[in-house]
Amino acid sequence: MKRLSIIFLAVTSLALVISSCNTGSRDTKSNGALASNVAEKVYVAPGEHDEFYAFISGGFSGQLSVYGLPSGRLFKVIPVFSQDPEKAWGYNEETKPMLNTSYGFIPWDDSHHPDISQTNGEVDGRWVFINGNNTPRIAKIDLSTFETTEIMEVPNSAGNHSSAFVTENTEYVVAGTRFSVPVPQQDISIKEYKGKFKGAVSFISIEPEHGHMEMAFQILLPGFDYDLAHPGRGASHGWFFFSTYNSEESHTLMEVNASQNDKDFIAAINWKKAEEYIKQGKFKTMPANYAHNVYDDKTHTATSTMKKEVKVLDPADCPGLVYFLPTPKSPHGCDVDPTGEYIVGNGKLSADLTVHSFSKMMEAIKNEKFDGDAYGIPIIKFEESLAGVVSQAGLGPLHTEFDDKGNGYTTFFISSEVVKWKVGTWEVIDRKPTYYSVGHLMIPGGNSRKPFGKYVVAMNKITKDRYLPTGPEVTQSAQLYDITGEKMELLLDFPTIGEPHYAAGIPADLVKPRSKKIFKLEENEHKYGVKSSEEVRVERNGNEVHVYMTMIRSHFTPDNIEGIKVGDKVYFHVTNLEQDYDVPHGISMIGANTSELLIMPGQTETFVWEPKQVGVWPFYCTDFCSALHQEMQGYVRVSPTSSDIKLSWSLGED
Amino acid sequence: MIKLSKLILLLIAAFLISCGGKEEKAEEQIKIGKKTTTTQKETKPISTGVPASQKIDLTNKGVGPIKKLDLPATIDEPMASTGKELFKVKCMACHKTHKKFIGPPPVGILEKRTPEWIMNMILNPEKMVVEDPLAKELLVEHNGSPMANQSLTEEEARAILEYFRTLKKE
Repeated sequence: MKRLSIIFLAVTSLALVISSCNTGSRDTKSNGALASNVAEKVYVAPGEHDEFYAFISGGFSGQLSVYGLPSGRLFKVIPVFSQDPEKAWGYNEETKPMLNTSYGFIPWDDSHHPDISQTNGEVDGRWVFINGNNTPRIAKIDLSTFETTEIMEVPNSAGNHSSAFVTENTEYVVAGTRFSVPVPQQDISIKEYKGKFKGAVSFISIEPEHGHMEMAFQILLPGFDYDLAHPGRGASHGWFFFSTYNSEESHTLMEVNASQNDKDFIAAINWKKAEEYIKQGKFKTMPANYAHNVYDDKTHTATSTMKKEVKVLDPADCPGLVYFLPTPKSPHGCDVDPTGEYIVGNGKLSADLTVHSFSKMMEAIKNEKFDGDAYGIPIIKFEESLAGVVSQAGLGPLHTEFDDKGNGYTTFFISSEVVKWKVGTWEVIDRKPTYYSVGHLMIPGGNSRKPFGKYVVAMNKITKDRYLPTGPEVTQSAQLYDITGEKMELLLDFPTIGEPHYAAGIPADLVKPRSKKIFKLEENEHKYGVKSSEEVRVERNGNEVHVYMTMIRSHFTPDNIEGIKVGDKVYFHVTNLEQDYDVPHGISMIGANTSELLIMPGQTETFVWEPKQVGVWPFYCTDFCSALHQEMQGYVRVSPTSSDIKLSWSLGED
Repeated sequence: MIKLSKLILLLIAAFLISCGGKEEKAEEQIKIGKKTTTTQKETKPISTGVPASQKIDLTNKGVGPIKKLDLPATIDEPMASTGKELFKVKCMACHKTHKKFIGPPPVGILEKRTPEWIMNMILNPEKMVVEDPLAKELLVEHNGSPMANQSLTEEEARAILEYFRTLKKE
């Protein structure tokens, strides 16, 4: 009996072992179906790819980070507005011009709102645009190289916040000023704010094939704060909507003084009309001074050009160009649903969402249902454009995104939650807490005609106890929710770079096939590039020395240089001759007052070294490139200024 | 009885060990280790006999896209000059025509290797140094400097091969 039972036990346990073996380690039903289910939903097995790219703003880091969804894995931090020694962005000679402005070289900014280019109202994966908030700029990131290739400074702007959002065929990227300022700038008392300060909203045109940016025109609006914006789409294509606060035109103690009016406005701008007015010549050409910086993938070099004027439209001279939609309680987010019919204003001091109807707005304009005007801009009667109210949904609504099933998702900062509601009936369907104090949220394609309603990413302002503490400064964070069901489900917390403001997401398949693997050597048009080791040389011009250097696994050509003197300014122009995927090389020189270079196959980059001490000084490859990476090194002999040692260079000579 | 239960336990343990991918991977890793030792054994004759770069093997076609290539009797001069330019840009950082540099010189290579082997070495170096015995030995002979894949097309590699045919021994 006993024996039998032991055999029985043994056989069953054996069976158990075999069965658990077959189903693999994922089967953790004993731990509760829910937990295992959630883990599976964000699990991307080693070597497999995520379904979506998420481009998350770096906030006060000034950069743009690239994550995979649903895993929340970080792939790359793309330097945009801030210097990045890892990639030599703003340190090498080629990219320094990218950070040039009318104020000179600026090493930092505060990046807020990425937006992916669109074709026919759908994200197309060609470029990401993002705004620099502090020194007003708009950057374009090319998604074939994942590098910033263009930066346009925005004149007459301050606190470039209602930016960088695209129209549905990427005709324009808009840049609206948060702070109104004297336009043009002048030395007047701050107390003269009312009437003298203006809010400029800029339309930057995007050339369809290569994406070249041009400051097309600005519209000079009253001295409010222009907070956020989104484009019309579908029926409302041709319009752009900007939320405003401080319609009080206050200039001090803003938290009180800018909260006096019961309603501020959403500015509805008919940019097709603006184009007509520009054609008719109804603009003023204002003198200005702003930088336009362009990086070229062939020369691997950026140029900065100062622009000297800008076309400005005054709404008072341009009837039908701008209308104001009264919107309660200092609206923050200004979001348009996938059909283009509904414009949602999130009154941040309210508990309600105000939803305007585009067709009702057009009807009201036709019938002139106005409630006075502000500086000549008609104010549409509140009820006339109102579609509905999502009432008492939470506290402190900030931003709304949409799925592909007719639902809106709104973040509530004060009550720390995401609320799902039905477009059209305005009823609340579900709410889930965030940890904590959520700002923006993002659904891939969630502000386009075609959202991919599988996940929503909520980006939080406060994380407190959610992660291991790291001193007073703790990580910033995003949270991923599954939104495929009736109820939302929290799947994952993941840390982010800087403070994440907005983000933009897109199915990976729309980006992956276009991602470049190498730069072709034969297409390298860098002024100081060398395409073969035959062209390698060192040239002196006074105290300026140019080293035309190449690198390939695992040596520099040349790797011995003599005849450099104290007081020289030595330019190392280094070309990576590799033509294989994922074989970058780096280079750094002892005592150089700059960063390393990290050079992709086929690319040329330059760093400057000003030797200060006599001796023999080494340089080396900073990116582990091959089994002989440690051998990838060289020496420069530095002689006294008075020395007459001839300039010489070599590789492999005794 | 105790014996039996022990036996069953052993069986269970055996099952536990045999299942799962991790163990397989561990085995592979060990195999790689073994390969290195066998390679070292293979290369031993180098010290006594002929180094890989001097070995003659006119049958081995290597590993890669080129399965069969018949060279015409006469040299295609325009193709060879295209190949010369390509060689300058894509290869000369590591190869000098007549002298060992990072890698071996191509002069006289067609007396030692098949045209297929040469093109596969250019087009498929990562696989060649792992799977082809001669390429494996060459890697060791050249201090482990990897032959870089310069992402050439078959046409470009063919042109370089034609250039190699024009190289005369000094």
